[in-house]
Amino acid sequence: MAKAQLTVGMTIDGFQLEERLHRGGMADIWRVRRNDVDFPIIMKVPLLDFEGDISLLVGFEVEQMIMAEVRGPHVPRWVANGDFAVQPYIVMEYIGGPTLLKRYFDRVAPVSEVITIGIAVAAALADLHDQHVLHLDLKPANILFRPTGEAVLIDFGLSRHEQLPDLLEEQFHRPTGTPDYMAPEQLFRVRSEKRSDIYAFGAILYQLTTGHLPFGRPARMRKVRRRVWRDPVPPRNLRPETPPALQEIILRCLEPVPDARYSSATDLLFDLRHPDLVELTERGLRTQQSDWRTVIGRRLRVPIMIRNILASATKPPPRPPIILTVVDLRPDLEELRQALLETAASVLANTPGARLACVNVMPTALIGIDENVDAAGENIHVQRLAELRSWAQPLQLPRGKVSYHLLESRNVAAAILDFSRSNHVHHIVIGAPMLGSYAGKVVAQVSAEAPCGVTVVRSTGDSGHAGKPD
Amino acid sequence: MLIALLADIHANREALTACLADAENAKVDRYVFLGDLVGYGADPDWVIDRVAAMVEAGAVVVRGNHDAAVANPSEGMVAEAQVAINWTRSRLDDRQKMFLANLPLTVEEADRLFVHASACAPHTWIYIFGAREAEQSLMATNRRLTFCGHTHSPALFHATAMTPAQRHLPAEGKPTPLLAQRRWLAVLGSVGQPRDKNPAACYGLLDDVRNRLTYIRVPYDADLAARKIRAAGLPEILAARLTLGI
Repeated sequence: MAKAQLTVGMTIDGFQLEERLHRGGMADIWRVRRNDVDFPIIMKVPLLDFEGDISLLVGFEVEQMIMAEVRGPHVPRWVANGDFAVQPYIVMEYIGGPTLLKRYFDRVAPVSEVITIGIAVAAALADLHDQHVLHLDLKPANILFRPTGEAVLIDFGLSRHEQLPDLLEEQFHRPTGTPDYMAPEQLFRVRSEKRSDIYAFGAILYQLTTGHLPFGRPARMRKVRRRVWRDPVPPRNLRPETPPALQEIILRCLEPVPDARYSSATDLLFDLRHPDLVELTERGLRTQQSDWRTVIGRRLRVPIMIRNILASATKPPPRPPIILTVVDLRPDLEELRQALLETAASVLANTPGARLACVNVMPTALIGIDENVDAAGENIHVQRLAELRSWAQPLQLPRGKVSYHLLESRNVAAAILDFSRSNHVHHIVIGAPMLGSYAGKVVAQVSAEAPCGVTVVRSTGDSGHAGKPD
Repeated sequence: MLIALLADIHANREALTACLADAENAKVDRYVFLGDLVGYGADPDWVIDRVAAMVEAGAVVVRGNHDAAVANPSEGMVAEAQVAINWTRSRLDDRQKMFLANLPLTVEEADRLFVHASACAPHTWIYIFGAREAEQSLMATNRRLTFCGHTHSPALFHATAMTPAQRHLPAEGKPTPLLAQRRWLAVLGSVGQPRDKNPAACYGLLDDVRNRLTYIRVPYDADLAARKIRAAGLPEILAARLTLGI
């Protein structure tokens, strides 16, 4: 399949080659232009000799197929694929660099930046997973950022679309992926596990936090297998100021058995967005690797461990849904709050594994703008959080199954809708104090625009209770 | 052009009607029937007449083992299928029998082959369940795309010159690109007697411009089809399996 040498000025299927931006080991990247495309675009052209390495051919085929399927801000916008028989290529939106790899080459990121990057990448991953695509080769070199901050994932040559044929499934006897970031189940050629991406994500965050890869840079496959039985050096050992919540998140992603990791990128995103609500375990606090006794025990149990990993990786993970309740804390709504509590209890009872997010929205005007504002505002916050906790207390939910949030916005409905979208809320339970009121309009807008189901609660025999004169 | 691919109708009038309505809704240009118009179900005469009329108008049809068994009682079959075929024979007039007897085993057009079972010795009715049978069938034709039925379970196989056939379970309603550098063998599920634990009728939509194949599931009145089978005095299992999709 020898192709003509590509040169500046050449035109392929209407795309004019303007400049070669990058020459990689497997593909060239050209800046191209076509009059009907009004955003900057590049052409990725594989460097083949396909006969030499069939994996390159199949990888490029996979990338063409996946790129044509995925949408949204977290992937480059796809424009066209080139026919293999003539000139294979992919034309897609140009995303400016640098990649995450180049940005943090040999330096660690400040903790706040680790979290910000983590949120951006987890959001991208959640979006990709929602589109039934598993990346399976997530690493800093494959992550770019838009000027607006969204992470953009690139390089889908090892990816998998859950609803399309997996072209790589029986292709290779070697495991595919980058060993540095590869999940243990990928060593055994599992290609259907979304949580493999969560593992790679954990490895990336570990590297950003500590400057080291969790398992070094193994030269041989036997060394790569250490991750099955050896736990990584805790980030707090390498960088003592690492917050326990961040370590908890990272090490949970890096659990060898998929079931012990986050069950979805959405869940991971939730914890990154709300580190103060992360349930800390020994994992978040430890500063040493396991002692030698534990390690020897684990090594002896490697076959069992591998069996557990594979069993966990090949059955579908549960996805704990988030139930959002909007709690109006105004004093005269006691009866409505009681009804809301009962409804929340029954929705929770009918949604296995669900966690409850209790939200109160404060109109920003409440906080005011004068001198005492900060102190006063703080007081209002504490007071309201306490009230939310006390409202949810009768539900007796364990820590980790309930969270409390104060949103500040002049537009109550928009705040609720934003929260629901960004946290992938499964169901909203909201109280309607009375028809025609401002709160009634909020309820109407939330029900109309919510990205999920909404239950509207009224207190029994209500109609005007809230409006009763004091 | 949008092509509807319908396999294993098995005299199920309700399922065929539902699929044809769905296909018409999708603005299908062309119809291909992948064999086994009759057998098992209670409306063989109606189904033959309907398909014959569509063939008059340009549809393609190939012969299935049940269609062949109407004229040739020596075709080997399980007991309840044999009972159903004997009953079917008694229900058909000469013109309908003639229509079945004259069906071709295979039809080729452009880069496509239509056949009821395997392209490898089509008259021996090999079931394509696994990659091995798919490989064998792909070897027997030089067409890039093969469409068949016979197993009553949807499956999609793909292979390259250098890699063996791989099996894919097509996702309902998801258009799958039939990548040009690969060869594909599509086993359509059954319109009239699905056996993949989903009782909805199954057929395929091929978009030959965008080069994509979609497996469509159409719920239909399986209870009515089952009642008719019982009323015709055919074996109970043939009725019961329709509502369960087994």
